[in-house]
Order: sequence, then C-alpha cells, then structure tokens
Amino acid sequence: MLYSVGKDSAVMLHLARKAFYPSAPPFPLLHVDTTWKFKAMYELRDRMARESGMELLVYHNPEAAARGINPFDHGSLHTDLWKTEGLKQALDKYHFDAAFGGARRDEEKSRAKERIFSFRSASHRWDPKSQRPELWNLYNAKKAAGESIRVFPLSNWTELDIWQYIHLENVPIVPLYFAAPRPTVKRDGLLLMVDDDRFRLRKGEVPETRSVRFRTLGCYPLTGAIESQARTLPEVIQETLLTTTSERQGRAIDHDQAASMEKKKQEGYF
Amino acid sequence: MPDREPQGSYRAQDLIAKDIGAYLEQHQHKSLLRFITCGSVDDGKSTLIGRLLYDSKMIFEDQLSALVADSKRIGTQGEEIDFALLVDGLAAEREQGITIDVAYRFFSTDKRKFIVADTPGHEQYTRNMVTGASTAELAVILIDSRKGVLTQTRRHSYLVQLIGIRHIVLAVNKMDLIDYDRAKYDAIVADYRKFADSIGIGDFLAIPISGFKGDNITARSANTPWYQGPPLIEYLETVPLDVASEQAKPLRMPVQWVNRPNQDFRGFSGLIASGTVKTGDAVRVLPRGKASKVSRVLTPKSLAGGAAESAVAGQSVTICLADEIDCSRGDVIVAAGDPPQVADQFEATLVWMADEPLLPGRGYWLKLMTQTVTATVQHPKYQINVNTLEHLAAKTLELNAIGVAVVSTDKPIVFEPYAANRQLGGFILIDKTSHATVAAGMLHFSLRRSQNIHWQALEVSRERHAKLKNQRPAVLWFTGLSGAGKSTIANLVEKKLSRMNRHTFLLDGDNVRHGLSKDLGFTDADRIENIRRVGEVAKLMTDAGLIVITAFISPFRAERDMVRDMMAEGEFMEIYIDTPLADAEARDVKGLYKKARAGQLANFTGIDSPYEVPLDPEIRIDTHEMTAEEAAQLIVDALLTRE
Repeated sequence: MLYSVGKDSAVMLHLARKAFYPSAPPFPLLHVDTTWKFKAMYELRDRMARESGMELLVYHNPEAAARGINPFDHGSLHTDLWKTEGLKQALDKYHFDAAFGGARRDEEKSRAKERIFSFRSASHRWDPKSQRPELWNLYNAKKAAGESIRVFPLSNWTELDIWQYIHLENVPIVPLYFAAPRPTVKRDGLLLMVDDDRFRLRKGEVPETRSVRFRTLGCYPLTGAIESQARTLPEVIQETLLTTTSERQGRAIDHDQAASMEKKKQEGYF
Repeated sequence: MPDREPQGSYRAQDLIAKDIGAYLEQHQHKSLLRFITCGSVDDGKSTLIGRLLYDSKMIFEDQLSALVADSKRIGTQGEEIDFALLVDGLAAEREQGITIDVAYRFFSTDKRKFIVADTPGHEQYTRNMVTGASTAELAVILIDSRKGVLTQTRRHSYLVQLIGIRHIVLAVNKMDLIDYDRAKYDAIVADYRKFADSIGIGDFLAIPISGFKGDNITARSANTPWYQGPPLIEYLETVPLDVASEQAKPLRMPVQWVNRPNQDFRGFSGLIASGTVKTGDAVRVLPRGKASKVSRVLTPKSLAGGAAESAVAGQSVTICLADEIDCSRGDVIVAAGDPPQVADQFEATLVWMADEPLLPGRGYWLKLMTQTVTATVQHPKYQINVNTLEHLAAKTLELNAIGVAVVSTDKPIVFEPYAANRQLGGFILIDKTSHATVAAGMLHFSLRRSQNIHWQALEVSRERHAKLKNQRPAVLWFTGLSGAGKSTIANLVEKKLSRMNRHTFLLDGDNVRHGLSKDLGFTDADRIENIRRVGEVAKLMTDAGLIVITAFISPFRAERDMVRDMMAEGEFMEIYIDTPLADAEARDVKGLYKKARAGQLANFTGIDSPYEVPLDPEIRIDTHEMTAEEAAQLIVDALLTRE
C-alpha cells in the first residue's frame, strides 16, 4: 500500500485495517520518500506503522540522493527523480504485483476516467485508450509477468467524504491540517513553511509567524499553506467547503496546462 | 456569466457557514444514487453533467477560471461557458470534441450524493455504455428535441433494459432551440412510449430540459408552464433506491478471504451481496452445501472495539461459523433455508467487449462474485441487432455484439438469474492469454442442475486400473507444426514403451479426423472442438490406466492448457517438437505446404493460421540437434524417471 501520510492515505489505511481486522492487513506500507517531507509527517508515519502492525518500507532513490537533488536547486527534476522515478524503482525492487493508491476521481479531470484497477506496462506506462472495462463490482486482476496494477479503492470518494470519514472515525491525521502559528515566508505566490534549517531564505526574506494550515501535504518547500484560524476538524471542514479554490492548487506541480496530469500519468506518475 | 447564487435545492453553503455540525450530520445520512446519462454524440450529455456540477457548486473558482478561458479558446458556445469542457477529461478526446470512455463525476445536493457515469453515444462504444450502466440504478436518456427518437435512442434504451436498470428519465434536451414547443415535445414522448412498450420498459419519466440554459434542471422552468412534473434534480433526489430491496432478499455473502490471524480465530471476510446476517443464523456454505450457524459477525465497527453482531447487504464483514467446515475464497455463505442454485451449464446473454471475436469452445476464465472458473461458450443461439432488435443467426460474437449462448463451466458455480440478483447473475469472461476482459454476461437460467447429474461412483477405481497394469497413467502430448516429426517420434516412443510391457495407446491427428472428429473442419472453432474431444478421450484412457500418446498440431496455447487442466496433477507432459517452418515445409511429407502455398488449402497452420509456441513445455525436442530415435529415447527416459 502506497502510503504518503496525507489524509487520503490515512483513510485508505484505516479502511484496510477495518477490512482485515482482527488480522493486520497482509501487505506492507511503502513510503516513497523525498527526504523533504514535513517533520510531522515522518512522526505520524512511524506511529501508524507501529499501531497497525504492518511492515513499513521506506524507499529513497539512490541517484537522487547521490546527486543531492533538492527542491531549491532542481525544480521539477526534484519531483521527477525522488517521486516518479523513486516510485518506479521501488515497485521494481520489491516486484509488487499490485499497489494501492489513494487517488480519487473527483481530484482532477483525467482521473475521472481512471479505473479502480489500473494496469501499467512493465515500464509503468498507463494507456488511457486500452483500459479494461470494469463491470458491476467484478475486478479482473489477471496480469502478465512484469505488468503491475495500481488499485484505487477511494476512486469514488469525494473530498468531503474523506473529511467526513476522518471526523466520524477519529482517524489520526498530521497536525499540519489544522491551523497553528508557524514560521512562514511568502514566495512566488505560495506561503511556505520554514520546517527546518535546510530552508534557504532569499535575500530579504524573514520568516514570519502566521496562523496557517495545509490543504495537501508534500515536500515542505513546495507545499503552499493557507492562512487560517481553523483549529478543529469541523472548522477545517467548514473552511474547506466554503473555499473556492480547488484542492490541488496548493501544489506547485499542477500549475501546468490542463492535460499535464494525464501526460505525467502516462509516464508513470501515480 | 450566469448567476452563481444558491438556487433550488442548493442551499448547503448557508448551512455550512451557520452550523457545520448540522451540515456534517446531514451529509452523513445522505443516500447515494448512481446513474448514467446516455445519448447520441450531440445530444448534450457533457453539457448537462457540467451543468449539474456547476449548479451544485462542485466546481471551484480556479476550475471556473480555467473553464472560462478554455471556453473562449476551444469552446463551441461562442462567448458563453461551454460546460462540456468541465467534463471531457482526456486530452485526445478534448481535441476531437467527443467523449470516448466512461467517466465518473460526483455531486451532491441537500438530500443525496450522486455518482454519474458519462457514457458515450458513439456507435462502436456499446461496451462502454454497458460498463457504465452496470453500476447504475437510474438512466437519463437524452434526446435532442430537434431530432426526436433516433436509432441510438432505441439502442441505449435496449441496453439500459438489458442491464436491468429500472428507473428511466427521458430528458428531451435543447428545448430552447425549438422555442419550448409543447406539441413537438409531446410528439417525441409519444413516439418514445410506443418504442418503450415494445421492449418491455414499463415506466419512464419524460422531462423537457435545456442543459445549456438550465431549464427544468434544478427548478421548474417558466419557459415550460405546461410541464407539471418534477425538475430533473428533484426526481433524482426522491427516486427509491435498490438498497432496501437488496436487504430484504435472503443472505448471500461471497467469501473473499479467510481471515486467520492466529490459531484461535477463523473467519470469512466478504461483502454481503444481499440479505442480512446476525449471530445464531443458520447458514450453508455453497457449492458444497455444508450447514452451520453464525457464531460471530465482525463489522467495520469492530476495529474501534464496537460490538455489532449483525450486518446488512452492502457492508463488508467477517463471519465466524460454529463448526470447523471447509470454506474458502469463491464459496458463498447463504441463508440455510433459501439457498441459491448451483449449476455448471447456463443460458446467458453476452456483450462482447474485445477486438478478438468469441471463439466458441475456447476456455475463458469466468468470474462471478469471487468465483473464478474455466468456462466455454457454444455457438451463439442468435445475435441481437441492437438497432432493430432482430435476432440474427451468428457463428461468433464480435466487438460490441450482443448474443445469447450456452455457457458451460468446468465446475459447478453458485448463481441466481441476473433478473433476480445482479450480483449473483452478472459475470465477466477473461481471455487466458491476453488477460483482457472480453465479455460481460448475464445468466438467465441453468440448463441442467449439476445436482441432478450425479457422477456414477465406479467400483473399480482408476488407481486399481493403473495398478493392474503396473504403471502410472500419463498423457504424452506432442505439439508442433505439420511435418515437424510428431507422428514419427510418437510412433517410436510407443514402440519402445510396448517393448517394455507398458500399456499404451496412440491417438493420431489424421486418424481421429476419420472418425471421432469427422464432422469438424479446420476453422479456429473446429480446431478447438477437435482438441477438446481428444482431451476428453485421453482423460478416459488415463482413467483406464493407459499411457496415452497424442500427435496433434494443437496450435493454440489455450487449448493445450485446457487439456492439461483436465488431467490429474503431473499426468500431462507437453512435448514440443521444435522444427522451424522452413524445414517442415522443405520436407513436406504429405505435400500439404505446397497445396497451402498454392491457395488450395485454407487455415493451414504456419501459413495462414497461427501456431502458438509452448511457453513452458515439459520437453522440447530440437530436431536439428537429435535424430528421431534419440528424441524418442529422451522422452521415454523422462517418462520413466517420473514413475
């Protein structure tokens, strides 16, 4: 199970634990790490692995590590190498037949046509034109050696469903989703949090304490916060529902043209 | 730009702002309706869905600004917003301006959550529509008011009826373009009603709408004062759901997984397809039919320590039984007093979904609930012309064809007719080589109940037969091109074995064609049937204790694997006589290649019919490397080591 420590991952993990109870889910958690996630994410990740009784695999792309790839110097190469390439390498290394992912169809247009069982060639490519039909609740999981399946159990959930579930089931999530005073700088239209001393301040930038929270979580130097006073889950949900900016806007990666996600996916982005 | 203030039933924003707790409470208790929209290419499906998303505030400010920009750049509505752009997802189809697949969209109102499948109307995409309809409870059939009931309308209605959707909305769209003309609308509805009656659609609701202008979508339109029915959204919010009737049916829970965390716990996990279950209920485990009682029910609440001891259709649960009985994935836990049927031969409707046509007689994987078995399909009884609904004679089914055929499975499966229970009667067929989903099927009824054809227990067992002959039965299955040397080597093998007092029998391709398979030709379907017959005969001979040697081209992997699956473990040896085509053709002992090259012999393997090389044969004979005599010795040695 691909575990990114975000709120969708949290829900997916919780569902798996319920489904297999009293057994622990019979598969490991895989975190494709970039070394640049928020500290609070690493803490929750390790805690959830302990509580669930599941094995936690953490993968770092050795090439990205050796070349010192980082979000400050390398821009989109950072995501490509650590995340996209890292994921492919990890799946190849462990020879997984199938990997669960927390993507939802309501997130983005090209995802709306994604199957729940999505097939990838041996080179991890997605072919949107030759997808298997999915009828009723019958999933065809037959595949040839080398091929793999990405399985999206949350396909039919909406963002509100996710929040509702976290609320009802008390699912533990990273505290960064709640507003708190945090050291931040404004840069290129994003409000970034200075999570550790690797953050390179530009000339004239001085971290300011602002009450902020995050709508999505990724590498901290690439993830924009929003100013907010929502400190409880109902307040966060309220603010989310009243907001008029879609969820992924906080991620620098999506500021391309509309078809970019589809291209990324064909190339192996999850 | 149109007004974005809440209207009709969309007042959620107010409640969210005022009392988020109350809103969450409301959302938690909303029911879910899945529906599909179908229509022909220009009926305005995408526009309607875009409108539903837009009106229910399911699009955000940044998406809206992208929409406005895109509408100007590539939109088809001039300066106005092209709602279809919200929905058309994939880059390729955005450029072509048509939807090519099934896309799922989400929106909600105060009363319900909705998932809408956008299914394309283009002719060759029957497959996608059936896919989208399979999970829907309601269908919105769109008609362009300027065009009326078209062939596509009839086709979509037929498919909706076929897949068992009981609620149909006839949305007569683009009313703005006919000036909201009541007479034209009434004529279209009357026309449709005549057709609906003829295919057994009992009831439907007709609504005059404009997806583009928003008439009769969220509120009744002032442009159609003569229309007295509900607006579209109101009907979607109030139509009764199937879930209640599923719960009222007897218990069926297909077992997905045996849950065994330790020696003290053994439960069976799965999604309840119909009915309810609670501690103490009497159940049976099908297909074997062993009875027991439910000793415990674990529901999704159990992880948090909640003690629920009952569950209903639609929930995923783990059931523990009072007795230690055999139960594994594929079995079905059912109400003891009202079990479903178990059978291995059925009549079914098939919707063919692959480019490769149906090969009657070929073994496919059949998946129904959690049961996966091998199934073969006979020649279709007929094919249905979806435009005229005529029954046509058919030898096979091609992409997007719908037909009725007899389906046989290699072991009995638990089922109910599709009309009675979609989950127990709907299945898919999977190609064993490409792993593609090639068909969707709906079971009608069993042609013979397996329980009525008992396997006659024989007093003298197959073990006894083998022991008398002092040997272990086997099938030595030779495969390879015509002229590869199969018969020559097979003959030598049999001679050697008979000198060693082994009891053998050689089934030769040419000889079988004179009798057992006299009625068959050389089409793919006939070749498959020929191999099936030979397989069955070989199986009977192994039951009699013989070592069976067969020499058939047997060009298809799927059929060789089918025969392998018929035999007891370890009794099938695939022997690939690997002679290159050029060599076989140069030898041409029977002069067949010459005829084939001259066009006098159709469907000749290697020339105009494929040979699928074995992937993992027990023995491969390279005829360049050894003589026939050496090859025969190698095979005999391999057989004897096995003994």
